[in-house]
Amino acid sequence: MNISNSISQQKLKWRIFNDRLFSIVMMSLAFISALPLLSILYQLIKKGYKQIRLNFFIEVAPDTMEAMMAKVNHEIIPGGIANGIVGTLIIVGMASLIAIPLGLICGIYLSETSKGKMAGLVRFVVDMLQGVPSIVLGVIAYIWIVKPVTSGFSALAGSVALSIMMLPSIIRSTEETLKMIPSTLKEAALSLGVPYHRTIFKVLLPTGMSGIATGIILGISRIAGETAPLMLTALGSSAINLDITQPSSAIPLLVWEFYNDPNLIDLIWGASLILLLIIFLLNLGAKAIAKKWKVQY
Amino acid sequence: MFKLITTDRQNYRMKSERLFQYFLKLSGVLILMMAIGIIVTLIIGSIPTFKEFGFGFIYSPDWNPTEGRESYGALPFIIGTIVTSLLALAFTFPFAFSIALFLGEYFREGRMASILKSMIDLLAGIPSVVYGLWGFYTIKPIIVELGLNAQGFGIFTSSFVLAIMIIPYASSLSAEVINMVPSNLKEAAYSLGATRFEVVKNVIIPNAGSGIFAGFILAFGRAIGETMAVTMLIGNSNNIPTNLFDLGNTMASLIANQFGEADGLKYTSLVAMGLLLFVLTGILNLIGKMIMKKFTA
Repeated sequence: MNISNSISQQKLKWRIFNDRLFSIVMMSLAFISALPLLSILYQLIKKGYKQIRLNFFIEVAPDTMEAMMAKVNHEIIPGGIANGIVGTLIIVGMASLIAIPLGLICGIYLSETSKGKMAGLVRFVVDMLQGVPSIVLGVIAYIWIVKPVTSGFSALAGSVALSIMMLPSIIRSTEETLKMIPSTLKEAALSLGVPYHRTIFKVLLPTGMSGIATGIILGISRIAGETAPLMLTALGSSAINLDITQPSSAIPLLVWEFYNDPNLIDLIWGASLILLLIIFLLNLGAKAIAKKWKVQY
Repeated sequence: MFKLITTDRQNYRMKSERLFQYFLKLSGVLILMMAIGIIVTLIIGSIPTFKEFGFGFIYSPDWNPTEGRESYGALPFIIGTIVTSLLALAFTFPFAFSIALFLGEYFREGRMASILKSMIDLLAGIPSVVYGLWGFYTIKPIIVELGLNAQGFGIFTSSFVLAIMIIPYASSLSAEVINMVPSNLKEAAYSLGATRFEVVKNVIIPNAGSGIFAGFILAFGRAIGETMAVTMLIGNSNNIPTNLFDLGNTMASLIANQFGEADGLKYTSLVAMGLLLFVLTGILNLIGKMIMKKFTA
């Protein structure tokens, strides 16, 4: 009796030990995964904060010779990323103009049509589009826009690539949000004689606005840092360019250019830091909206 | 008289309602056409390559753009892509699984969970090109220091960075699935005296296993399509890698590197590479989503 008792005691201790060990290992692994984030932030802030002056936002990127001269004379490299900021604003803005209306309407369509072959097919296709690598969308925009429409690299082609990338997340978030709104709300409006389209635009959409806005902002933050598709479409430009049929720069493209030019390489940190700040602010904004105006029913 | 007016109005409203429904459906049709357009564009664009090399394009190990002796085979890049992504998946697994358990079971809410969650969200927001910079300036020197590889570039380095990039994808889906394991099952196990580790091992993993698997498949698809960070770290060699520290190239980074100056057969071969990439990620994505759907249904 005594022996078996001590054996079961030992077994129990072993089991408890295992349990403790497992949770400690799990928790440390979970928090170790956050270390790269801290390392990246540390590196960008440490090396990049010096470059962030007013000039960094209002001057265009320097050319190699200018940067080399400044380096030889031990001066700060002149210039900034104004061409990238303007380019990103134009390209991302146009991509949003294409993707948001189409995505919203398609999201409404899917949420209103829960069954049916057509809706099922559209859902399948949206799922598929979500997984398409961004570089493939770059190839597509090259074939669709760069060659036939603008006959050369252009901001427009970049926007088309990014808009296709953004569509699935807008469609899905709109659909999910609208599905969460109870049907009683819709039925109440319809029973008062409100036409169907007005019910959707005046009742359902305002109610689900926060969820939809969150989805859109997250979609924008996802495409703002994209580099690969822009390399095949917008190409980059050393001047500020407002013509959408001409090549344009963007902040991620500038990071890539700086990385490839030994004279400009010091500028990557400031540019990356700005890019990261923009994306983090968008993420925070999306979170704040989701929290403040939660769809509650 | 009165009746006539109302029927007129009703007629009008019926018509406008139907029109609106067609309008909604039109957006779905547009999305379908876009997807079909993407596939058709890629297929048409790659016809010359498949005409010239047949399916040899897929298994030929030779990528040679020298004029007159042009020969294009995708095998080194297919192998490079799959090896890099699989290795990244292996690196990711312990970390992403720990995060998923942490957020889905151990700490569902509370400060710890929200800190970890926002860190993972931020990790997901970092642009690929910034990961590339981090890999180049932080990870590469460490790899050189450790003597794993003389230059620090190669499959291993890019897999390591890729692994960190896909942690958010793998962990958030798995956490969701783990969260969905019915609590009565877990409570039954606890009431029999099981420790938490035993509950994880015997209840959560058997129940959520397929969903976790699906999450990792989707993350695998992401890794395959990643371009910039890999381009900056893998060394861009056109040979089949012989070991994990060898230089290599992936399909996505090959397109990013060579698309700009390509024409003729090289151009169509790169489009064909895009098609292969599209098919590969599409299949993985669909498998993942199908398992996921079975799980939530």
